[in-house]
Amino acid sequence: MSSTTETFEDRHREHDAVPATPPPGLPADPAASSDAAADSQSQLSEEMERIQRGYEASGEREHGPRLDYAPYRSSVLRHPTKDPHHVDPELIELSSPAFGHRDVGDLESDLTIQSGGEPIGERIKVRGRILDSAGRPVRGQLVEVWQANAAGRYIHKRDQHPAPIDPNFTGVGRCLTGQDGSYEFTTIKPGPYPWKNHRNAWRPAHIHFSLFGTDFTQRLITQMYFPGDPLFSLDPIYRSIVDDQARRRLVAEYDHEVSEHEWLLGYRWDIVLGGSNRTWTEPEEDER
Amino acid sequence: MSREPQQTPVSRGRPVADPPADLTPTPGQTIGPFYGYALPYEGGERLVDRADPRAVRLHGTVYDGAGDPVPDCLLEIWQPDEHGRVPREPGSLLRDGYTFTGFGRAPADRAGHYDFTTLEPGATAPGRAPYLLLTVFARGLLDRLFTRIYLPEDAVALAADPVLSGLPEQRRSTLVAEREPSGALRFDVRLQGEDETVFLTYPGQSSYGFGR
Ligand SMILES: [Fe+2]
Repeated sequence: MSSTTETFEDRHREHDAVPATPPPGLPADPAASSDAAADSQSQLSEEMERIQRGYEASGEREHGPRLDYAPYRSSVLRHPTKDPHHVDPELIELSSPAFGHRDVGDLESDLTIQSGGEPIGERIKVRGRILDSAGRPVRGQLVEVWQANAAGRYIHKRDQHPAPIDPNFTGVGRCLTGQDGSYEFTTIKPGPYPWKNHRNAWRPAHIHFSLFGTDFTQRLITQMYFPGDPLFSLDPIYRSIVDDQARRRLVAEYDHEVSEHEWLLGYRWDIVLGGSNRTWTEPEEDER
Repeated sequence: MSREPQQTPVSRGRPVADPPADLTPTPGQTIGPFYGYALPYEGGERLVDRADPRAVRLHGTVYDGAGDPVPDCLLEIWQPDEHGRVPREPGSLLRDGYTFTGFGRAPADRAGHYDFTTLEPGATAPGRAPYLLLTVFARGLLDRLFTRIYLPEDAVALAADPVLSGLPEQRRSTLVAEREPSGALRFDVRLQGEDETVFLTYPGQSSYGFGR
């Protein structure tokens, strides 16, 4: 299916050229989703406000994103409509793949030293802990990150944003958590970038995080944001988490203790992986 | 209740000394469109070598609610080995060609099709229906989805399975792979619609968002 001259990257590149899905009730005409015909930010914001008011009036508390969130146009045909089936986890669900130093090199957590030269932008460090909802550390587990460069451009071939590529920045990093569940990445602060959800749509600056727990049911992919971003209220991906307190859990905190003298600024972001089905049992043999 | 009295592979540990005040789970977000240079890796879809006599192909297509294939999605499997043992060895990201780690990751291609080469999972306890765990991530999908891929052969075990028997007949079949004449396992994922795949939640997870 893929020709022999394609590289691994060619075969696995993204497919983001797909136009935004029209909102329900609008014709699924591809031309209708071109930039010129797209909804304005004020239409989008109005839709988001309406959903927000409905949530607040419901009196319920939601902790995660809605999968069915029409202001994020691409979700319209991609969210399940039937209730999920509740399942008691079995052996495989109560365990998780193991990653080790064979899998991840020590230098992979520094995104500023992966090429020959210094990447451009604001050098930062992001530090935090991966815990389960009982406060237990997730030890020795894989954390993967990816992000745009300081100009808001991904190195990805399908990223059409006319902002410069930084030859010294790939925006990809990995690490293993420590015994206390800690992780740390040195990187460049990503820029916000435009996308095609609606006209003049901009994503708040973010770093994508991929996480594993001790149970596979804790598997999480999410995005970390930066404090005080003026784009929060305009962004349907951020606002798909309709609970304000819940979505603020994705915003890192500036931490001067993490900042380094004449070198970089520090952020702190702890991650709690829910859905662990293990009960807290008294100290057992240490598996270190 | 359905837990087996076997050991699980990662330490439970003690809570950290200074946990944050708020231990509410961190929300998920969509994988977005640009994961392709970050998450897929060489050999991710090949849990065993194709030449391995035990190797089986597991493949299928992911469809959206209009019946169109979803090219920008990523799938992960996690499974026991052929004896039903949960692998504990690292090395999924840089495979040595000998160790079965139980974890695989495959991006869909332009036609929304994914392809793994793996071992058939064994039953984790006598009489249980063997299955693999599948996780789906996609642009446009605001959080990951979990499901199970059951092997189709053991009719008795399938009928006795606590998850499958809790589902109406027609929905049950969305969790069972089809055995192709070649011996390959085929498992399509339908994110939405009449024959939508059954997606799973576990204790401690909220089921927000499924159409509400
Ligand atoms: Fe992004």
